[in-house]
Amino acid sequence: MNENVLEMVDIVKIFPGVVANDRVNFSLKAGEIHALLGENGAGKTTLMNILYGIYKMDSGVIKVDGRAVSIRSPRDAIKLGIGMVHQNFKLVPAHTVVENIILGSENNGFILDLKKSSEKIKNLASSFGLKVDPFSEVWKLSMGERQRVEILKLLYRNVRIMIFDEPTAVLTPQEKKELFSSLKEMSSKGKSIIFITHKLDEVLEISDRVTVLRRGKNVATKITKETNKFELANLMIGRPIIFEYSKNPPKLSGLALKVENVRVLDEEGNLRLKDVSFSLSGGEIVGVAGIAGNGQRELAEAITGLRHVSSGKVFVRGKDLTNASPRRFFENGVLFIPEERLGVGTAPNLSVAENLVLKSYDNSPFSNSVFLKFDAIQKFAEMLVKDFEILCPSVKVPVKFLSGGNLQKVVLARELGNLVSRDVNVIVAMYPTRGLDVGATEYVRRLLLKMRDQGNAIIFFSEDLEEILSISDRIFVMFDGRIVGEMDSSKADVEKIGLMMAGSIAS
Amino acid sequence: MDPLTILTTMFILMVQEGSILLIATLGEIFTERSGILNLGVEGLMCFGALSSFVVYYLTGNWITATLAAALAGLALSLIHAFVSITLKANQTVSGLAITILGLGLSSFIGRPLALSRVRIEPLESVRIPVLSDLPVIGPSFFNQNPLVYLSYIMVIILWFILYKTGFGLNLRSVGENPSMADSLGINVFLTRYIATSVGGALCGVSGALLILGYYPSWYDGITAGRGWIAVALVIFSSWNPLYAFFGAYFFGLVGTLNATFQSIGFRVIPTDFFRTLPYLLTIVVLVIFSSTRFRKRKMPASLGKPYTREL
Ligand SMILES: Nc1ncnc2c1ncn2[C@@H]1O[C@H](COP(=O)(O)OP(=O)(O)O)[C@@H](O)[C@H]1O
Ligand SMILES: [Mg+2]
Repeated sequence: MNENVLEMVDIVKIFPGVVANDRVNFSLKAGEIHALLGENGAGKTTLMNILYGIYKMDSGVIKVDGRAVSIRSPRDAIKLGIGMVHQNFKLVPAHTVVENIILGSENNGFILDLKKSSEKIKNLASSFGLKVDPFSEVWKLSMGERQRVEILKLLYRNVRIMIFDEPTAVLTPQEKKELFSSLKEMSSKGKSIIFITHKLDEVLEISDRVTVLRRGKNVATKITKETNKFELANLMIGRPIIFEYSKNPPKLSGLALKVENVRVLDEEGNLRLKDVSFSLSGGEIVGVAGIAGNGQRELAEAITGLRHVSSGKVFVRGKDLTNASPRRFFENGVLFIPEERLGVGTAPNLSVAENLVLKSYDNSPFSNSVFLKFDAIQKFAEMLVKDFEILCPSVKVPVKFLSGGNLQKVVLARELGNLVSRDVNVIVAMYPTRGLDVGATEYVRRLLLKMRDQGNAIIFFSEDLEEILSISDRIFVMFDGRIVGEMDSSKADVEKIGLMMAGSIAS
Repeated sequence: MDPLTILTTMFILMVQEGSILLIATLGEIFTERSGILNLGVEGLMCFGALSSFVVYYLTGNWITATLAAALAGLALSLIHAFVSITLKANQTVSGLAITILGLGLSSFIGRPLALSRVRIEPLESVRIPVLSDLPVIGPSFFNQNPLVYLSYIMVIILWFILYKTGFGLNLRSVGENPSMADSLGINVFLTRYIATSVGGALCGVSGALLILGYYPSWYDGITAGRGWIAVALVIFSSWNPLYAFFGAYFFGLVGTLNATFQSIGFRVIPTDFFRTLPYLLTIVVLVIFSSTRFRKRKMPASLGKPYTREL
């Protein structure tokens, strides 16, 4: 009679200052893949954390198989057949795959029978296409393999409702393909799947139905076949968005950045950058693709003076700045948009206004030789807040109270907004749109393109291949401390980039 | 003296010293694997030694005395557990406080004993048939008191519990990632309490072996820094009971060099050097093995971090 395996009715969850879920309704049918779509901060993770017993809802009803249930912990959820693969994997790197999978499972017995467990795991793995060695330690595995371990953890417990929170964020294109085919396999065998994402293409590719959340409210549930990208985008952000960035052909001016055979060691003496060389001209924008941890951070830091270069040279506009201080890089027109917004990015306890002028406080118009000019600072900050659509009660609140997306905008506004008065050459941006909502993402991308048209050389690092393809002129692919591929974005091939990211081929 | 006799004597001393270190090291490994750092080993050992000395003097029963030592170690370590697990205080500070408390209590309660020169008979050795007839190894490893044999057995038991049982897997996981273990229904607090108290009890027992085995009377400072050596040995043995076995006897061997060289009349190197050697080695081990590269792989990832359930 009731084909819904799960119903969430009028779920409300309030965090201090935010209504994360505002009377959300959600239902799931047996064997379907149901996408949960929404911008960052829309409340997707919160809703699923409630279902999985991590958060306690303020009001609402959860029904499993038509019966109201109370889920107070993940343990309760698992007993009801509900399991979740989190955005950040919950695994013990030092333990083996089997140990991770059986941990907390009820029928372990006092003495473990790892052989028997591993047989069961192997069977599950082969029937769902989730290849992984049960006796390997988890720290040796790739992100894709770790995700498989998480999925096997759920299958091992015979979960029938599976929640995936942005599962593709850490995967290469090939791994994503494999994940999608496993998902289809699981749904065809009767598992019901909730697939959280903010990527429209993924919704269209994998789901049967889609529920859209916007600012904590569910705005619609659609049958995927009966909708399209534009309608979904409209629902998700509340206004139409542009998918294509109109790009003028690049107008190259002279050489802006030249990197020759740069090597970098990390704190433990491991070689993290292995002879990286490239050059960058004014008026072009280069996107660097790669799975995080393959030397991107080291490269960005080496060309902004934040990290010691053990051999090789870095030239900015022909000037040798190898191992010069960050300040000198900055004075020579190198701008850096860091990865971490709190920490390197901002001073958490200083106000929005103070953070916005952190790098330029000692210049006019913000100070005379001794004192800061607060009026000028405040005016300037208010201008940036307006331009960058930073949501904050006032420019005087400490930045630690801002949400992730707004913090990112503060960092961007500080780095880019100060350009007005400066002669810039090179912009180095780490994951510039990570954590931003779609609207802000669009704004940042267009801003980067504008900076390029004004003659700046831009190099940015991104995990989003679509972003790289849509705005860069040239594309680099990094793997294992090297630039393993370099191509014109007009001739780029996603498949090939994916293989390069995984280290399978070099160009 | 012929070389074989010298070697045999050296090995006997090595096993005596090493077994004391071994039991304490095993206890601390068990505790640290759950994520709790207990720097109170020295205090637990000392208080355990005193308790077993008193009970042995009163009852003459070494088993009761050993249980008393275990109980003493357990009681003191429960304080550490309460402060660091329930109150979530800084574990280094709490551990140091336990050391001071254990040493102070022992010194205070033990003063009349020390003054009145109360004496006990050391535990008798039990010869293991056949095995004890082996050259060198026989008299050293297989002709010792029962608590030494207990130390061998504990290596196997602890290794088995940690790696082959569900409880051991839970315990190790709690030491690596408590919030994850919690989400899988494992009782993080209870597991850590058990690990801390069992570990503390073992430290107490190592104190019992120290005094019941080798010292006829009580004196202040009887543990002489062995607890700290055990703390270093935990790192040296990569938190693995099997490696602890080798580590403990290696340090035991170093500790016997002084006596050995004296007995063969070798005077070129001053005896103070040999006496200092185990402590020097402890520092060297701590420095080398504390390098981030080594620790990242082997150290329980949540060691020393209090766990708070978030909601
Ligand atoms: N533990 C928390 N404490 C306070 N606020 C939170 C917490 N978790 C989420 N939020 C807030 O709730 C809102 C929804 O967040 P989330 O569910 O993570 O969004 P999504 O997963 O859709 O990106 C955001 O404004 C976020 O800042
Ligand atoms: Mg989320």
